[in-house]
Amino acid sequence: MISTSLIQAAAEDANPLVPNLWETLVVILGFLVLLFVVVKFIAPAFEKAYQDRRNAIEGGLSQAEEAKAEAEAMKAEYEQNLADSRAEASRIREEARAEGAQIVAEHKEKAAAEAARITEQAQQQIAAERQQAAVTLRQDVGTLATQLASRIVGEALEDDARSQRVVDRFLADLDAEQSNRTGAAQ
Amino acid sequence: MHSLALAADDEGGFAPPTISETHLPEIFPWMAEWGSGFGKNMLMVVLAVLAIWWFFSFAIRKQALVPSRLQFVAEGGYAFARNTLGRDILGEKHFKPWVPFLFTVFFFVLFNNLFGAIPFLQMPTFSHAGSAYAIAAIIWVTWIFMGFKLHGGRFLKLMTVPSGVPKWLLPLLIPIEFLSNFLIRPLTHSLRIMAVMLAGHIIVMLAGSGAEFLIAQQEGIGNASLGVLILLGSIPLYFLEIIMMVLQAFVFALLTAIYIQGSIEADAH
Repeated sequence: MISTSLIQAAAEDANPLVPNLWETLVVILGFLVLLFVVVKFIAPAFEKAYQDRRNAIEGGLSQAEEAKAEAEAMKAEYEQNLADSRAEASRIREEARAEGAQIVAEHKEKAAAEAARITEQAQQQIAAERQQAAVTLRQDVGTLATQLASRIVGEALEDDARSQRVVDRFLADLDAEQSNRTGAAQ
Repeated sequence: MHSLALAADDEGGFAPPTISETHLPEIFPWMAEWGSGFGKNMLMVVLAVLAIWWFFSFAIRKQALVPSRLQFVAEGGYAFARNTLGRDILGEKHFKPWVPFLFTVFFFVLFNNLFGAIPFLQMPTFSHAGSAYAIAAIIWVTWIFMGFKLHGGRFLKLMTVPSGVPKWLLPLLIPIEFLSNFLIRPLTHSLRIMAVMLAGHIIVMLAGSGAEFLIAQQEGIGNASLGVLILLGSIPLYFLEIIMMVLQAFVFALLTAIYIQGSIEADAH
């Protein structure tokens, strides 16, 4: 307990504007110590945390930016590839079409050549057969005519040489008549 | 406690607590023969230093990118000193090196003021003129030092000769400017906070001792209920005091920033 006399003694010089120098000193010291601590430890820590966060956010943003750019590059590449393969496909199709057309043309040509060959062969054969037929016919007609004539005229015409001449003359007449007819038809 | 002793000794009439009682006796009687020794006030200064040191170091110890609640609060406090007091007033160009100083001023004053609202401590450090002079003197010395460092002898002229004033007015204005800038400014700076804190402290003391006197030492239900009313009334006052404590810390730090800005850019005015 504090005695009244002590308090009243203190009250005599109780001017609130008069400083207690020891208090002043302690406050100045306390402030300086705190300032030192703040400058040395606290402010750097806060600034560092702030800077780190800022970097992290900016880093995240730039990373996203990078990823986006990468994705766009990939997309462009993909589109390029797509266009390339489309062009390639159409080129191949075009080639195939051309090739096909060429093959068809070749085959047509070959077929036409074959047909022509076959036709020619057939005509040659026909001509040969006709020739043969003509020869055969000539002999047969001669023989038949001779037989007929001998039947009609009798035994007199048995002589070969004479009958051959008669037949030749007869056939020559026939040929002339024939060629006259075709000449008139032409 | 003291008012109880005082009132009991006087036998009867209410003796209001005096200003002297805001100066509490020494806790440790060292150096008592030269003055006040180590009083409660000084203990609270040390406490404030330790509390600020511990709180901000503890809150930022992880420096997490995604802050915890505590770190968020501490970062808010730091950002307030950095951006509101520093960048907004000193400008983008100069504020960086001053952030720790402004931070220290603001939180040193704030914590010491808030001691007035904490039971048992219940006394704002700056309700004592000695403390208020000390902190104002630090700022006074700082801004004058910065002024002379940046502007040399011209600083005196920049601070005392207002530009664009007729020449014949100067003999009158120069002494006024000198007084107002170099002498009155630190006084108002310190007395403003001291007066507000002391007034709040006296109100708390008066309410406490008055209510105690009415309830415990006077007869009758009327006096006792009046004492209860006083106690109830002191509750909103308590919250008002808290607002004043924060506000005064803000005003004090804001003025600090403005003074320093004035010395850095003395030639811009």
